[in-house]
Amino acid sequence: MQRLLARERGMSLAAKLATVSWPFVIMLCLLAATGYAMLYSAAGGSAEPWAFRHGLRFGFGVLLMISIAMVDIRFIKRLAWPLYFLGVGLLVAVALHGAVGKGAQRWLDLGPIQIQPSELMKLFIVLMLASWFHRASIERVANPLFLVPPVIAVAVPVVLVLRQPNLGNALITCILAAAILFAAGVRIWKFALVGGVMAIAAPIAYERLHDYQRNRILTFLNPESDPLGTGYHIIQSKIALGSGGMFGQGFVQGTQSQLNFLPEKQTDFIFTMLAEEFGFAGAAALIGLNLLIVLYGLAMALACRHQFGRLVAVGITTNFFLYVFVNIAMVMGAIPVGGVPLPLVSHGGSAMITVMIGFGVLMSVHVHRDVEIEGEQQG
Amino acid sequence: MKKEKTRRAVFTRRVLMLGAGKTVLMGLLTGRLWQLQVTESERYAVLAEENRISVRLLPPPRGSIVDRFGVPVAENRLNWRAMLVAERTDDVGATLATFSSLVPLAEHERARIEREVRRRRRFVPVLVRDFLEWEDMARLEVNAPDLPGIITDLGTSRTYPFGETFAHIVGYVAPPAEADLDGDPMLQLPGIRVGRSGLERQHDRTLRGRAGKVQLEVNAVGRVIRELDRQEGTPGQVLTTTIDAGLQLAVARRIERDSAAVVVLDARNGEVLAMASSPSFDPNIFAEGVSAAQWRAWTTNRRNPLVNKAIAGLYAPGSTFKMVVALAALEARAVTPQERINCHGYVELGDARFHCWKKGGHGPLDMREAIKQSCDCYFYEVARRVGIDRIAAMARRFGLGVDLELDLPGARAGLVPTREWKRATQGVPWQQGETLVHGIGQGFTQVSPLQLAVMTARMVNGGRAIQPHLTRAIGDQLVRGHRPEDWPAIGIPEAHLMLMRDAMAGVVNERGGTAWASRLPPELGVAMGGKTGTTQVRRITLAERERGLRRQEELPYEWRHHALFVGFAPVEDPVYAIAVIVEHGGGGSAAAAPVARDVLIETLTRDPARRTTPPPPPRPEPQRVAAAAPLEGRR
Repeated sequence: MQRLLARERGMSLAAKLATVSWPFVIMLCLLAATGYAMLYSAAGGSAEPWAFRHGLRFGFGVLLMISIAMVDIRFIKRLAWPLYFLGVGLLVAVALHGAVGKGAQRWLDLGPIQIQPSELMKLFIVLMLASWFHRASIERVANPLFLVPPVIAVAVPVVLVLRQPNLGNALITCILAAAILFAAGVRIWKFALVGGVMAIAAPIAYERLHDYQRNRILTFLNPESDPLGTGYHIIQSKIALGSGGMFGQGFVQGTQSQLNFLPEKQTDFIFTMLAEEFGFAGAAALIGLNLLIVLYGLAMALACRHQFGRLVAVGITTNFFLYVFVNIAMVMGAIPVGGVPLPLVSHGGSAMITVMIGFGVLMSVHVHRDVEIEGEQQG
Repeated sequence: MKKEKTRRAVFTRRVLMLGAGKTVLMGLLTGRLWQLQVTESERYAVLAEENRISVRLLPPPRGSIVDRFGVPVAENRLNWRAMLVAERTDDVGATLATFSSLVPLAEHERARIEREVRRRRRFVPVLVRDFLEWEDMARLEVNAPDLPGIITDLGTSRTYPFGETFAHIVGYVAPPAEADLDGDPMLQLPGIRVGRSGLERQHDRTLRGRAGKVQLEVNAVGRVIRELDRQEGTPGQVLTTTIDAGLQLAVARRIERDSAAVVVLDARNGEVLAMASSPSFDPNIFAEGVSAAQWRAWTTNRRNPLVNKAIAGLYAPGSTFKMVVALAALEARAVTPQERINCHGYVELGDARFHCWKKGGHGPLDMREAIKQSCDCYFYEVARRVGIDRIAAMARRFGLGVDLELDLPGARAGLVPTREWKRATQGVPWQQGETLVHGIGQGFTQVSPLQLAVMTARMVNGGRAIQPHLTRAIGDQLVRGHRPEDWPAIGIPEAHLMLMRDAMAGVVNERGGTAWASRLPPELGVAMGGKTGTTQVRRITLAERERGLRRQEELPYEWRHHALFVGFAPVEDPVYAIAVIVEHGGGGSAAAAPVARDVLIETLTRDPARRTTPPPPPRPEPQRVAAAAPLEGRR
């Protein structure tokens, strides 16, 4: 600890603040402002009950993010494994005592705040994997035995999430882990092999799915088959998108959203609402802004001089990307509905804080991009 | 350091691949979005509009039915209702408790309301109580501040002020069944009623009117945001019947203790002035729903209160058929009016013996006397000469055994047999003995009281083929057929018709006529004509005849004869035709003719066919079913 502080002395707090990527912060603020506007509209032109709290949370989130950005990346690296085990512990706790919401045990009620451990877990897995591959050379990564421990470490929480049951989140976690392995240099044919095995295993897994999960998949395949049942959300969402047209119905003017045909418009379907009120132009702009944030995150990864930071940056960026992609694809009926919010735009405290913590770590990577972490390149 | 370099190179390559992949995926999403929002925009815009706008129907008031003088016989009663909108009150229980202190609610009513409140969406009104009295409404309105969530509105329900008296004519309304759905979207509305029988059914489309439309902007759960457009519908038209409500009431009262039917026609144009069938039922019961017990009581009653015997009851015409036989014989020149045929009590044909009703016989009689005294032997002989086919043809010209196209559902055509008919349906040839039996209106012949009234009318109106009808006007438009000239002649020589009219006058107004006892009182200054009829409901066996016929009153009710009478008045210039049947009443002269007399007195007094303004208005008093009428008949 003494040594760590000594090395850190090289950077003052002011210097750290100066190296924070402020353009990135501004992009996040733009995204959150969009969320504020849409939540204002979702309430029929009122800051209550969602927009005001959204703004407040984001303000808190920004403070939290900057604070985490000040934390030395080496300290964060040391916490990687302890945090991973904490995450697994939380998942077990949620399985034993979690509150049941919408037919699944996902939330842990800690008095004033409720947390969704499966969301935090994704961040912890990123840190864990980055830490594991931090020292590994390409040759080492090529050794299949070296890959066994991290794959098991990913599999344990994924199985716990599956059992909640939350198929969507489990799949997203797998894809996230795969992206980090990919960036770490794992051979492409290994991904192909695993993909092939999964393709064979999928029908067997389908047999073991819950009814509501099967329903979702079936509805996805043919949403019009059951317009008032499970396909209702998707059809209403598509109607709302279509009614938006090129330039939209206007702010607080979306007929489908304002008349409540659109379900859960303040959370999962907020993108649909934006697309109805601001049309294709507005929706494409929002997609563009999100892509910009993703690419900026990847650029931060490239600029980092240590492998840990690079992998963390790729992981956090990919995690954000997956949120955005899954949410938008879902409301367009391109993939099954999965209860995934649009980060920083959808209403919801737990998701917002999780995302902001992630970005805080990403900023820390950026601030500490040039520090040296011992144990580089072993084996 | 070299290792670090290659690792970084691999990392950079792979991150660029990831970045490219993510950009492509976002691009795909944008492309799909373009497709949904721009390319297919129109398709979704239509769907969106459908989503947003809900068209609701406004049911118009059902047209009322009035009698010929405008007295309502079916109308819409205002129905004050109290409803509860759950979302407008914090405590449904407290609101209901307050309501109950003003207008008491039974325990089962509260249970029903609370059940419906739980089941429905919270903004949907739930019926608390309907048919509220005006005083109750006033109390609720005054206490409105203490009754959050209670709203009141005004609906209508069908009501029949004359109750049983008009049941068979106006019919009743009921919620539409699957078979009633005729494509009119109005029938899908909750609470809508369609005519289920009688005029309500016959003129259902006219009375129903056309629904208006209101376009509402609604949200996803159906809550109304605002009204966009409103088109008022067309109210149902007023239907004016030919019936005189006052006469109808008098007729219904006269036969309420019997199982009987009476039809009074305007002989000149076929308008039905009164048509009663007893026992009857109260159509108002159908408005609130018929209990299983009530329904069982109706359907198991041997007197069939639900059946309109005037049009759906079929009986052998008995001696009332004799004029038809006489006219067929005159047309075929099988007999002259002056020819006397001897009656010595029976006629023998082969081994069979056909008896006259009068033991010992009437002696020699000409046609007029034979009708007046209703001699059976005379008509056995005449029928034998004419043959059944010519009798049947004549009967059809007088409306017997044919579909009279009555504007009321449920009328039956009856049966007038021919040789051809018997061969086709029974596969055996016609027997001459059967011709004799049919000559006095027995055998296979089956006619309805309405048909008998039509027969009489055509006989006394100069031979015009009037058809009976109950519709006088729809809205302001008089229907065709209210003038005598609207009807074609049936081609019977005037002399023949005059002979019948004269003979029927003799039946009532001369000593020795079978209805002499039922002649109109002289102070009325008008006379009637007519013909009695008695039909056996079971064959009299030879053994019984030898033992001596028992008096009708001593027989079990079901074995007694049906009593019939057809008549007209005034004798000189006939306006009214009447047919009466009293089931198991005994003899026509004893049971049916007095009813006809009383009804014609009332008819001539009111004279509905010849006046345009009503006599003093009748007072509608719904009556009870005459359950007390003893099945064993009068003594």
